[in-house]
Amino acid sequence: MNAIIKVEQLQAFYILEILGKRKTVKAVNEVNLDIPENEIYGIAGESGCGKTTLLKALFAFIEPPLQICTGKVNYSLNGKFVNALSLNGKERRELRWTYISYIPQGSMSVFNPVKKMKVIYLDFLESHLQGKANRELLTLARQHLEELGLSPQILNAYPHQLSGGMRQRVAIALSTLLKPRIILADEPTTALDVVAQRAVLQLMRDIQHELKNTIVLVTHDMGIHANITTRMAIMYAGRIVEEASTQDIFSRPLHPYTQYLIQSLPRIGDKTTRSSVPGSPPSLIDPPPGCPFHPRCVQVLDLCTREMPQLQDDETNHKVACWLRSDQNVRHP
Amino acid sequence: MSVTLKAQNLTKVFSLGGLFSRTKIIAVDRVSFVVQPAEIFTLAGESGCGKTTTARMILGFEFPTSGELLYHDENIQELKEKKEWFKKVQAVFQNPFETFNPLRKVESYFCETIWNFHLVKTQKEAHDLIEEKLQAVGLSFSEIAGKYPGELSGGQLQRSSIARSLLTNPSLLIADEPVSMVDASLRMSIVNLFREMSDSLGLSVIYITHDLATAYYISDRIAIMFRGNMVETGPVEAVLDKPKHPYTKLLIDSIPQPDPLKQQITPIKFLEEREEYLRKGCKFSGRCPEVMDICKQKVPEDVSVDGEVVKCHLYQR
Repeated sequence: MNAIIKVEQLQAFYILEILGKRKTVKAVNEVNLDIPENEIYGIAGESGCGKTTLLKALFAFIEPPLQICTGKVNYSLNGKFVNALSLNGKERRELRWTYISYIPQGSMSVFNPVKKMKVIYLDFLESHLQGKANRELLTLARQHLEELGLSPQILNAYPHQLSGGMRQRVAIALSTLLKPRIILADEPTTALDVVAQRAVLQLMRDIQHELKNTIVLVTHDMGIHANITTRMAIMYAGRIVEEASTQDIFSRPLHPYTQYLIQSLPRIGDKTTRSSVPGSPPSLIDPPPGCPFHPRCVQVLDLCTREMPQLQDDETNHKVACWLRSDQNVRHP
Repeated sequence: MSVTLKAQNLTKVFSLGGLFSRTKIIAVDRVSFVVQPAEIFTLAGESGCGKTTTARMILGFEFPTSGELLYHDENIQELKEKKEWFKKVQAVFQNPFETFNPLRKVESYFCETIWNFHLVKTQKEAHDLIEEKLQAVGLSFSEIAGKYPGELSGGQLQRSSIARSLLTNPSLLIADEPVSMVDASLRMSIVNLFREMSDSLGLSVIYITHDLATAYYISDRIAIMFRGNMVETGPVEAVLDKPKHPYTKLLIDSIPQPDPLKQQITPIKFLEEREEYLRKGCKFSGRCPEVMDICKQKVPEDVSVDGEVVKCHLYQR
């Protein structure tokens, strides 16, 4: 497995000052992650668990109040690992959209409603490819849309004339115009119905197949992860609690939180009662001591309330951060 | 016992465009259905299929262009006292963070509903009523007292929203995508809540969603809507286990299965909404895999097949 992004001990906090009081929101806490090349990698977790912040850190898009406290985000550039967080503004800009691109949340409403899609595409292309005539750029845009199976006629439409699913696909097409090596997609299918969602997933799968690049897909919907990703991580309260191949996560979940997530999924043809995780998600300002999941966990141990378990690997590259699965726990019960 | 709600040939037409180039979009086209007491009835379909418009007509936000809505055999358009109607029908909306004004305390919504309908006389009684309804959804007054929406989680807010709708003791609850914005780990608890309330309070629920898996899980009967038409109506097991209409088959096929071994690879066609609304004949004929010549010319009629109602030429005889 060749990693394309290596995240080391990343801590990204929102530091807020409200009425003279300092508050720290620990959105991404001690995250270590290797994202493999030429795969669709999924990150799952509920809202407010730090998924979007992690993506922003991966994109090296850090704006106050977000601050990187410690850690590195290494990109693999020409065989060497470069810490993206140490690059200056100009170097980061050069990498964006050509090496790494980002599809933000709700990207179907990012388009300017009074401009035609053509103008939006031209704006984008002009700022990245200098010294080309508008006609050339438009042909490029048309070709790209055709390759992805979208009608080039949409270039003449205003954003409001397209449906949500179509706009989302146009936004994805725009982010892949310069054939980036990494695409970060934040909840690309939320707010779409199942049919439009399927069309979007199909498009992403086609893009990955053709460009042989890496897509990092963030969504809370486990069904989508099962459908498209090959490897995935489960996040809870700013930490990665489990990381494995998608098949392993679904067939043999090890962390109690993952087990709940998978059990609670309703399926057609099965009317047995499903329950959700008891309690409510923790606050990131003041997370519980020890393992952040311990107040909601049914198999809680005394150790869980005191110490945070580390992410541990087993033989099959299935990593989990839980005292129940830890060797240390066996030694000191 | 009479049915709770009956819709007969309910139609809503929106016109688009300027003075000279008017196009008519039939958002809801001659839809008929009944909701039984203590039943969970699901309206399912993709976005822009008219499910929310139907709900808005039931709630009285929108007037039907033609057709009737009968509540216990009374036409709701001819009701003299609208307030009585609002008391019996309550709504729960999609996004709990948008339902509540972030600058108002959550409890003020409860007080406002009580005040508007003159439900109780004293403050003590009001407090007891709120506590009772919050208990019913698994919350307590002390959890929400004095709090702003930002201080509660999505699950707690959606529960409060449901508790508020129960204040007037409604007999019909309209839930428009109530769980799509709730965290995955809390979603099933809200879904289970609807089932419990329907069983214990005899409440009828119209559950509007595009998520067929949760629809299968809680509802008794389901109607699949497509571009303003109800294409298939029947008991949920029959419709989703053995779908008849090609559109229902497509919808079921599109649900991402929570199983990595069952990935969807068959490509699908995706058409623009407006194009399909203006189509002659069956609106689904543009993407139907089993399309026939007649589908492009004539609108199919409702046929009953094995206790279901299907709107498709394949079953016409």
